[in-house]
Amino acid sequence: MDDLGAAFSTALGLVAAGDPALAAIVGLSLRVSVTAVALAAFVGLPLGALLAVARFPGRRGVVVALNALMGLPPVVAGLLIYLLLSRSGPLGRFGLLFTPSAMVVAQAVLIAPILAALSRQVLEEMWEEYAEQLRSLGAGPRRAVPTLLWDGRFALLTVLLAGFGRASAEVGAVMVVGGNIEGFTRVMTTAIALETSKGDLPLALALGVVLMAIVLTVNALAQAARDTAARWAGG
Amino acid sequence: MRAPDTCLPLRAEGLGYAANGVAVLRDVSFALESGPPALIIGPNGAGKSVLLRLLHGLLPPTAGAVRWAGENRGGGRMPRDAMVFQRPVMLRRSVLANAAYPLKLAGLPRAERLRRARAALGRVGLDGLADRPARRLSGGEQQRLALARASALDPEVLFLDEPCASLDPAAARAVEAIVADIAARGAKVVMTTQDLGQARRLAGEVLFLHRGRLLEHAPAAAFFADPKAPEAAAFLRGELVW
Amino acid sequence: MISWILRRGLLAAVVLSFAANAQERSITVASTTSTEQSGLFGHILPLFTREAGIAVRVVAVGTGQALDIGRRGDADVVFVHDRAAEERFVAEGSGGPRRHVMYNDFVVVGPAADPARVNGLRDTAEALRRIAAARAPFVSRGDRSGTHAAELRLWRQAEVDPAGGRGAWYREIGQGMGPVLNTAAAQNAYALTDRGTWLAFRNRQELRIAVEGDARLFNQYGVMPVNPRRHPHVKAADGQRFIDWLVSAAGQAAIAGHKIEGEQLFFPNAARPEPTS
Repeated sequence: MDDLGAAFSTALGLVAAGDPALAAIVGLSLRVSVTAVALAAFVGLPLGALLAVARFPGRRGVVVALNALMGLPPVVAGLLIYLLLSRSGPLGRFGLLFTPSAMVVAQAVLIAPILAALSRQVLEEMWEEYAEQLRSLGAGPRRAVPTLLWDGRFALLTVLLAGFGRASAEVGAVMVVGGNIEGFTRVMTTAIALETSKGDLPLALALGVVLMAIVLTVNALAQAARDTAARWAGG
Repeated sequence: MRAPDTCLPLRAEGLGYAANGVAVLRDVSFALESGPPALIIGPNGAGKSVLLRLLHGLLPPTAGAVRWAGENRGGGRMPRDAMVFQRPVMLRRSVLANAAYPLKLAGLPRAERLRRARAALGRVGLDGLADRPARRLSGGEQQRLALARASALDPEVLFLDEPCASLDPAAARAVEAIVADIAARGAKVVMTTQDLGQARRLAGEVLFLHRGRLLEHAPAAAFFADPKAPEAAAFLRGELVW
Repeated sequence: MISWILRRGLLAAVVLSFAANAQERSITVASTTSTEQSGLFGHILPLFTREAGIAVRVVAVGTGQALDIGRRGDADVVFVHDRAAEERFVAEGSGGPRRHVMYNDFVVVGPAADPARVNGLRDTAEALRRIAAARAPFVSRGDRSGTHAAELRLWRQAEVDPAGGRGAWYREIGQGMGPVLNTAAAQNAYALTDRGTWLAFRNRQELRIAVEGDARLFNQYGVMPVNPRRHPHVKAADGQRFIDWLVSAAGQAAIAGHKIEGEQLFFPNAARPEPTS
């Protein structure tokens, strides 16, 4: 119990002191995860919408594969990206390994299937409601994709938040491809892993408390914005 | 060869539709010319809604064919026909954006589609609600918006599937007035209804469907005065509900 | 369409901001958890950066993995502590020349209750024989790190094969030094650790130093550049600058100056490396 109490008071102290190193780590965490979500959304959401409206042989297999990819172990994704981005790998000439960009790529690879699978579920329900009306108005499945993405924007925000949660909580992949370099690729989760390694469990837990508070705040803000807007549009 | 500048007459030739082996429509043939509204009436389960969907192209016929005389009079990507459903689906956008949506699909430039959408909203009395979210409207307002959305395309033929069935009497009267206005402006209205009073008020011609067959196709005055088919006579007397 | 433009803009902005970060003059050093977690780098790197204007990015992993990172060309300099593996690295042409930098020593830590009765021994081989005979729990890195290599060498010198204790008292966890100490603390087990990590370690619970001072516990650190002929993008000049600084008087003094609670963690010996390792 002492350790837990110490963790919370350390967390408060860290935040109150406005420690610039902590602020930099928090800033990088947010920057990497938000960019990863944007990148993954760019691919995942249209893919999810396409799967929601398209009917083709093998579609079931694709959906099953996507759902399975949601469980892709972060370390495996990390290793994959590591081998691709390594100087000795096929994308080595860009020199991205051990940079924040590599972490963005790794997180995006991890969450793109999540965004695609969840958005497919959400949009398939909407497509059942919309399909006949949209066809009548002149939109076939292909034209329906942007329509569904826009009309599903409130539900999709929740999907994006799920992706953000997974991205910001992830440690295995960013540790492998980012290298946890102090002041450059160290984010909240790798900092927590490092302090755990050093046996400073209260500090590690305090960083965890700060991370949770940030994720909670982001979720609360986004959810509030979503609810207000959804109430406006009738949801 | 240049397409004629009307898509009418619209012909149904031996039209049939079966779902899971059960025939819903059998051997339906007729031709619709331009002119006052054509009302499709008949007891429940006669196949009225399916007939509209076949004509509109939402369902593929399992027998026969739907033939249009030509392309849309406006040419381009504007559809020649539009449809309003009993329960229209409102997009999760503003009233104005709903009305402008099919015009966007048709490839109209933004300024043009907003102008036409606003005009269409004006004709149904929704211009004051243009910026409101469509799904927040009452049932009657939503149906009027659906009419505006369909008529903004300026279709030559407008299909209406029991547009007043889910509405209270006041909202139904408002919708009926708008339908009459659309017909007066030159669109061919093809509409199903359960309301014989409404059919009498609107119809220029009547198609009487019963158990998937077209039993009578006649001018409205003649049909209501002296129906030829015994089932139609029974239906008009209120004795045939199935 | 608007959201598409927004997203493109966002992407461009982020790529640019990350790119700006990458513009800074820097080298990447693959090193070991012991140097990072004992706080050595936190102490000496700012001194080097101030002097040379070159930021040093440290990827801290086990020695085996650090050498792999160098082999793949993903670092400019490798700074590790497993002389045999380092000499293989140089011999195969992955990098070099290798320079001695500093040493510290390993210690065997164990629970205060000392079930294997090894407390105060100076003979590591005898201590390991007693641990094995008592089947007292021993936590091993098991991760091809420098410390792991040293531990396996010590078992060989004790003429004990710990593999027989796998699944029972000999516990290989395949993780860094810190997790090994956390595990040993939780399980009241013995473990081999470098002194630097031990001094910086906070979660000791019942653990104490059991064995120290044996010449066989000597732990030499070496540094070498990655071969720029094999990996042309390697920042050879800046990397060599860092190596030269480490073995210079200024670098050696900086290393000697890193202390935890008054205790010096690493002993610079670039000029006079011990021959024993």
